Amino acid sequence: MIIASNVTKRFGKLRALDDVSVTCNKGQTIALIGPNGSGKTTLIKTILGMVVPDSGFITFDQHNILHNWGYRERIGYMPQIGRYPDNMTIAQVIAMMKDIRKSSTHLDEDLIKAFKLDEISNKKMRTLSGGTRQKVSASLAFLFNPDVLILDEPTAGLDPLASEILKQKIMDEKEKGKLILITSHILSELDDLVSEIVYMQEGKLQFHKTMNQLREDTGQLKLANAIAQIMKQK
Amino acid sequence: MRTIIKYVMLDLLRNKIVLAYTIVLLIISFGVFNMDVNPTKGVLSLMNLVLIFIPLVSIIFSTIYIYNSSEFIELLVAQPLKRKTLWLSIYSGLALSLSIAYLVGAGLPVLLYEPSVTGLMLLVSGLFQTIIFTGIALLASVKTRDKAKGIGISVLLWFFFTLIYDAVVMLLLFQFSDYPLEKPMIALTMLNPVDLSRVLMLLKLDISALMGYTGAVFHEFFGSSMGMLLSALVLLVWAMVPVWFSVKQFQKKDL
Repeated sequence: MIIASNVTKRFGKLRALDDVSVTCNKGQTIALIGPNGSGKTTLIKTILGMVVPDSGFITFDQHNILHNWGYRERIGYMPQIGRYPDNMTIAQVIAMMKDIRKSSTHLDEDLIKAFKLDEISNKKMRTLSGGTRQKVSASLAFLFNPDVLILDEPTAGLDPLASEILKQKIMDEKEKGKLILITSHILSELDDLVSEIVYMQEGKLQFHKTMNQLREDTGQLKLANAIAQIMKQK
Repeated sequence: MRTIIKYVMLDLLRNKIVLAYTIVLLIISFGVFNMDVNPTKGVLSLMNLVLIFIPLVSIIFSTIYIYNSSEFIELLVAQPLKRKTLWLSIYSGLALSLSIAYLVGAGLPVLLYEPSVTGLMLLVSGLFQTIIFTGIALLASVKTRDKAKGIGISVLLWFFFTLIYDAVVMLLLFQFSDYPLEKPMIALTMLNPVDLSRVLMLLKLDISALMGYTGAVFHEFFGSSMGMLLSALVLLVWAMVPVWFSVKQFQKKDL
């Protein structure tokens, strides 16, 4: 569904992405793992067209995403740090997104209800805590029932209850056969969620394996242990 | 596109600066007309004010607005929207709000005291200043990531177009006074939207004593109507070129 071919991106001297090629298919749940600054977020942003690669290209359903924008209709994106216009209320932000997407498919407001955002919908974005912001981001990502979900550190800053709600929601969407891309540093919570692992380091893609393959190769059952073993070997 | 213009304008309405700008313009305009008995002279004084004040407010306010809505822009870039549409919508929202503020603030008094072609001309050149300097602000803010640097560049650009440019032209005039400078002067005037607006106004007012060197050259070279048409055309170019460059830049900007 999403294919990146030889994508390279430099920020000054730093190579944020170095010849990255990856294929993501429908129905997969992919964990994007790597140390801080390994290019995970940059990869996500290039897929979304927020960052334009220096070379290489990305296709979405066989269409090059360069100068294309319609494909984003099918992506729900939850950023690592959700930034919203300060003087808008939660309700206004949600209404604006609905207005802009004008989506005809039915809206999925489960998370808005589960996070009880409707009860605080008159609060200004400026006054929200980091965790509440994350809840808004998550709700917006799932709101339009997209085929692809891209979640950048979805549970960072969420309380255990909210993070459990979100995890359950991701599981539900996975059952529906959607493509889900997750980055996270909390490997233990990815164990029962993901089917594939993409490991990045210093802008390079180190490997792309299924969960089972990784377990076989390392002899470890838990993802956290498996990754720890790989990091030690390097 | 209309949806985003709507949200930008709603945001600007909530922000009280545009309202304050309107009121300040109203006070200045009424003040100027009440001080002068002759409304045509009032228009002239107002013109000198407009040509300094309008560019300043347009360029600074727009630059700060773009930096302050970086969250808004970031949010929308990940949505199914064309970048070009997004950027042009922001531009339209800004230019439209500032134009309305100007039309209310300066237009109302002008229509009351001097409802003539001259008054109308003042309004048109003020509108041109608004959209041109909003465009320049967009270009300055898309080029630089750093807010302080971006605002600094905007202030410098305003300073350049309203003061430094004229000083440099004057210097050239004195240095090369032995040579025929009519044609280079016309070219130099074209390169500054503020001067161009002034020439446009003066050609209309037809006060040769007040026209200054460039105005007189313009008058002689093109005659009133031709000169006005030409300067209006060049102003139109000024309104479009910076915005066009900023769109190109925004399309490949990393967010």
